[in-house]
Amino acid sequence: MDAIFLQILNGLDKGGAYALIALGLTLVFGTLGVVNFAHGALFMLGAFCSVTFQKLLTISKHVKDESITFFDAFKDQPYLEIWFGDFGKTIIDYSVPLSILFAIPVMLLIGLIMERGLIRHFYKRTHAEQILVTFGLAIVLQEIVKSMFGANPIPTPAPDIVSGSAHIGVLFGLGESVVYPWWRLIYLAFSGLVIAGVFAFLNLTTFGMVVRAGMMDREMVGMLGIDVEKKFTIIFGLAAVVTGLAGLMYSPILPPDYHMGMDFLVLSFVVVVVGGMGSLGGAVTAGFLLGILQSFASMNEVKAIIPGIDQIIIYLVAVVILLVRPRGLLGREGVMED
Amino acid sequence: MRETRMSDKKNSAGWSRRDVMKAAGAFSAAGAMPMFFSRGAWAENNFANNPGKATSIKLGFNVPQTGAYADEGADELRAFKLAVKHLNGEGDGGLMNTMKPLSLKGNGVLGKKVEYVTGDTQTKSDAARASAKRMIEKDGVIMFSGGSSSGVAIAVQSLAQEMGVVFMAGLTHSNDTTGKDKRRYGFRHFFNAKMTGSALGPVLKKEMGTDRKAYHLTSDYTWGWTQEESIKETTEALGWKTVKTVRTPVGAGDFSQYITPILNSGADTLILNHYGKDMINSLTQSIQFGLKDKQVNGKNFEIIVPLYSRLMAQGAGKNLKGILGTTNWNWALKDKGSQAFVKSFGSEYGFPPSQAAHTCYVQTLLYANACEMAGTFYPPEVIKQLEGFKFDGMGNGATEYRAEDHQCFKDVLVVRGNENPTSQFDLLEIVQEVPRSQVEYDAKIFGGELGPYKV
Repeated sequence: MDAIFLQILNGLDKGGAYALIALGLTLVFGTLGVVNFAHGALFMLGAFCSVTFQKLLTISKHVKDESITFFDAFKDQPYLEIWFGDFGKTIIDYSVPLSILFAIPVMLLIGLIMERGLIRHFYKRTHAEQILVTFGLAIVLQEIVKSMFGANPIPTPAPDIVSGSAHIGVLFGLGESVVYPWWRLIYLAFSGLVIAGVFAFLNLTTFGMVVRAGMMDREMVGMLGIDVEKKFTIIFGLAAVVTGLAGLMYSPILPPDYHMGMDFLVLSFVVVVVGGMGSLGGAVTAGFLLGILQSFASMNEVKAIIPGIDQIIIYLVAVVILLVRPRGLLGREGVMED
Repeated sequence: MRETRMSDKKNSAGWSRRDVMKAAGAFSAAGAMPMFFSRGAWAENNFANNPGKATSIKLGFNVPQTGAYADEGADELRAFKLAVKHLNGEGDGGLMNTMKPLSLKGNGVLGKKVEYVTGDTQTKSDAARASAKRMIEKDGVIMFSGGSSSGVAIAVQSLAQEMGVVFMAGLTHSNDTTGKDKRRYGFRHFFNAKMTGSALGPVLKKEMGTDRKAYHLTSDYTWGWTQEESIKETTEALGWKTVKTVRTPVGAGDFSQYITPILNSGADTLILNHYGKDMINSLTQSIQFGLKDKQVNGKNFEIIVPLYSRLMAQGAGKNLKGILGTTNWNWALKDKGSQAFVKSFGSEYGFPPSQAAHTCYVQTLLYANACEMAGTFYPPEVIKQLEGFKFDGMGNGATEYRAEDHQCFKDVLVVRGNENPTSQFDLLEIVQEVPRSQVEYDAKIFGGELGPYKV
């Protein structure tokens, strides 16, 4: 029972990340009709927002290690610590959550530049061309990050107060030994909040209503005198922020490296396809579903029956769902069918 | 009456066919005499990428320039370039000042200037093989080296044997490289999983006792399998029990689904047979799950990372503090050879070399030295010089390239993540320099065949 409970949590946590990336992908696809292969790179850029912010906060005074003469070795002391003592230390400790404030405008700007500077020129091109150009863009972004930060993962720890585990089992009447990392629980709550926020924005605001109408019939909304293109550009920026925040909050779990976006991209596309192209609800449902299935397939008891199932489960389920429901779980008729 | 055979019949000049054959044989032998006594001279003209009368030779450095091990590859490449510089008599000479015995003269190799080409293995066996093949066929390299993965090393080593070009392996730690998959044309200076187990055993006994229950998470490929096998063998010999061994896909990213079963498994020790990015992620996540803070079976829960590298330590950050493992070499070693290399590399690049850089540099010098000793680039003769070669002054103390399996035997370092680093490079504390005698083993235990000298 304990094991099943923990695997459900693992699945929800993983699923949260998949759902957030897939949500961004679906927003872009649903509004602009673009299959954006650079979306994984946005996840990676979000994680690197936390790295950059951490580096800014830890700009240091170098104290030279005199015992080493062959090269310059330093023990760094951040200026924030020198100037503000314990308060400075606390600010550095909280660099990941604080970097959200830094990441929102940065990711929004990146999204807008990406859309206005490159992607809008490919709206009327074929999906194959869109895939090629966005995939190329992803590689360019990766290489830029690699040249700036190196290929090695960079540790971005969670604040000390939430770096350990919560005795969550007690709350559910399970054993004391059932623990789960605080940060993963925070990530799960965070992904839930962001998903709810995006849905509320689309369903409860006039802007959201116009966007949804545009997703249904772009031409008609345009004929009503609304500048849909401008609104869709903002949606691209919003998708970049959502995906970037997903990456940023994931950085204490997975120390960021330049390739992390690609690792998530393929899975996220599977999530979008399983959920149904263009369906926001489908993307979220499929994200959590596939996350949970992947976790259960990794259990020793399951692998003892079907060895290697943990590595293929997502693709296997995708095949089955597409055979039964070719448009995905919540897919709409007419999307990607022309 | 004796029958007279055709061959014995004499012609008008008194020569039978047999006489002619004998004379021709004697003439041929006489003609070949000077070459016969110059070692391998017949074959020397007929081998892959023979430089002949060219004034330079080319070496191939096949390292991961993209992918997860790109930083390690970049460091290997720096070391190779430094080695070429020193071989050509430029710079401060590095380890050529401390290596004993030394046949190199600082005028290239056998008087020929050393040049190099580079390739990208991408840490993928097929890409590495394609890159090595291009180096051999297109660029004409006479030796190639590099790599940060055992899967890659084993793949290109067999290519080296097929094509008759020596491969001096870079970072590869699987027992198979010089075990069941060993090749006559492949040589490994780096230590291996078996040696890691032998070095780590006594330290584990001293620090953690003989009553432990271990849980293994293992990368699902050749290196992970052999390390798990070797560490298991070591810990079980100490009296430890193995609770479970779980294989994890390479590049899994999120290891939570593999870590949660450990919590209630009854294990009090986690052994992470992971390297590079996998190790950074699995260690970081294990600590987030509170494993290091747990008490199981009345003992503090311990995590062990059998194979360490400084670059990995940078990625794992403070999570590595206090965790035991082994390493092939560390820049903080105080012997003359290590200090000479650190000085040379540090002055050139502004930071200390990694263990990957050290092994690649040493491998390049060893190959060049073997050519000088052989007096030829002819691979079978160079190989014979490397086999059983005993040397010192290259870090790690007195070292021998064992002839039976082409594995170098030398001291191994047991290290621990530094609790109080004095600088950004002071990440690993050397716990013990384990003597070579403690990590030696019988070459026969892993089987395999080296294969022929001539291909």
